[in-house]
Amino acid sequence: MKSKSLISISDFSKEEILQLLDRAKEFEKEPIQRILENYVIATLFFEPSTRTRLSFESAVSRLGGKIISFTDSMTSSVQKGESLKDTIKTVCSYSDLIVMRHPREGSARFASEVASVPVINAGDGANQHPTQCLLDLYSIFKTQKRLDDLNIMMVGDLKYGRTVHSLVIAMCHFNTTFHLVSPTELKLPGSVKVHIKDKNLKYYQYTDIVEAIPKADIIYMTRIQKERFSDPIEYEKVKNSYILTAEMLYTIKPDMKVLHPLPRINEISEDVDELPQAYYFNQAINGIYVRQALLANILGV
Amino acid sequence: MTKMLRRELKVSAIENGTVIDHIPSKSLFQVVRILNLEDLDNQILIGANLDSQKYGKKGILKLSNKFFKSEEINKIALVAPTATIIVIKDFHIIEKSNVTIPDEVFRIVKCFNPNCITNQEKVKTRFTVVDKRNLRLQCHYCERITAKDNMTFI
Repeated sequence: MKSKSLISISDFSKEEILQLLDRAKEFEKEPIQRILENYVIATLFFEPSTRTRLSFESAVSRLGGKIISFTDSMTSSVQKGESLKDTIKTVCSYSDLIVMRHPREGSARFASEVASVPVINAGDGANQHPTQCLLDLYSIFKTQKRLDDLNIMMVGDLKYGRTVHSLVIAMCHFNTTFHLVSPTELKLPGSVKVHIKDKNLKYYQYTDIVEAIPKADIIYMTRIQKERFSDPIEYEKVKNSYILTAEMLYTIKPDMKVLHPLPRINEISEDVDELPQAYYFNQAINGIYVRQALLANILGV
Repeated sequence: MTKMLRRELKVSAIENGTVIDHIPSKSLFQVVRILNLEDLDNQILIGANLDSQKYGKKGILKLSNKFFKSEEINKIALVAPTATIIVIKDFHIIEKSNVTIPDEVFRIVKCFNPNCITNQEKVKTRFTVVDKRNLRLQCHYCERITAKDNMTFI
């Protein structure tokens, strides 16, 4: 039987998420486990993403698996006009699992329907990036020792930030209170808020960054991108209003941590990096454990 | 004489088949397209912009010897929610029903997200109807919502 793909974070139940995070904990204790020695993993990156690709390839290597990939989709058959369906069907006969990133939304779901092997979505356009979400959950779990009943503050581009959407949807399993900080133009969309409302959870919206800081267990920072604004003047007005600085962090909860999906531009001031609350550079290593756990679970080893 | 006898049919009656009545006038030809009637060899009577007591103007389709499965006919609910489906046998009404908006919509609607894979490769569209009253469809692939205002039919 074909095992399960991971396309969207909502494909996983609460139990599946918790089970996966438990498994990630085991890989953190013992990162080198050569359980994928007889497996070939294909990494298909139709658009570049160095960080995600290296993280997956590192996870596969630590499990002893082999990696096949194309280095540049511009020189491969894609450039010659091959359809995504044909590429996926071909790669299925070379590999046991496909990790793919593609610029079109919905491409990963489609690939999982035509593939005979499981597919892990490593980002489909602006839609989903579920392994980023799992690593965020693991980071929260690790720093707070739990996922239930937390106050999560999210700052920046809540409208287009896909990591924000997935994290909100996933955290709705855990009785979270959300503090949503963004310019009016970039508020969390209704399609995501529906998940909060369905579970009758509390959420508060702010346009000012400082107000919610004392309540937060986690501050999740995101980048505000210039291209999201139709009016450049609007961007200039807000671009410096959502920067987290060390001096804002004088009244905080003792275990509060600051997360960021990276890359950072200027939304976290560098003076925060030295504080014990800065956790964003530690997140990268958690990504390896989570991806190891995911690969092992999906392949059933 | 009685009123009944003076009632005159603008479009002649059929012996066996399906009548789709109370189609909003502006959606009549969309219904024709959604049901693929162009490819049908059966006798088809099309009435456009007829007077309707309920709706002012309406469209009507009479299809001889053609019967639909409910999931087939419910596709038209997206453009003609007021439509009535009448099944005729030997000039008699056998069944009269309304169309209902289906839970899932296949192929007939285009995803409004230009960056969706269904608009880039040969992928058949598929949606979950997340809001039947306001007609909001969530794409199975890109997960974006296509709402009534930006809905186009394939």
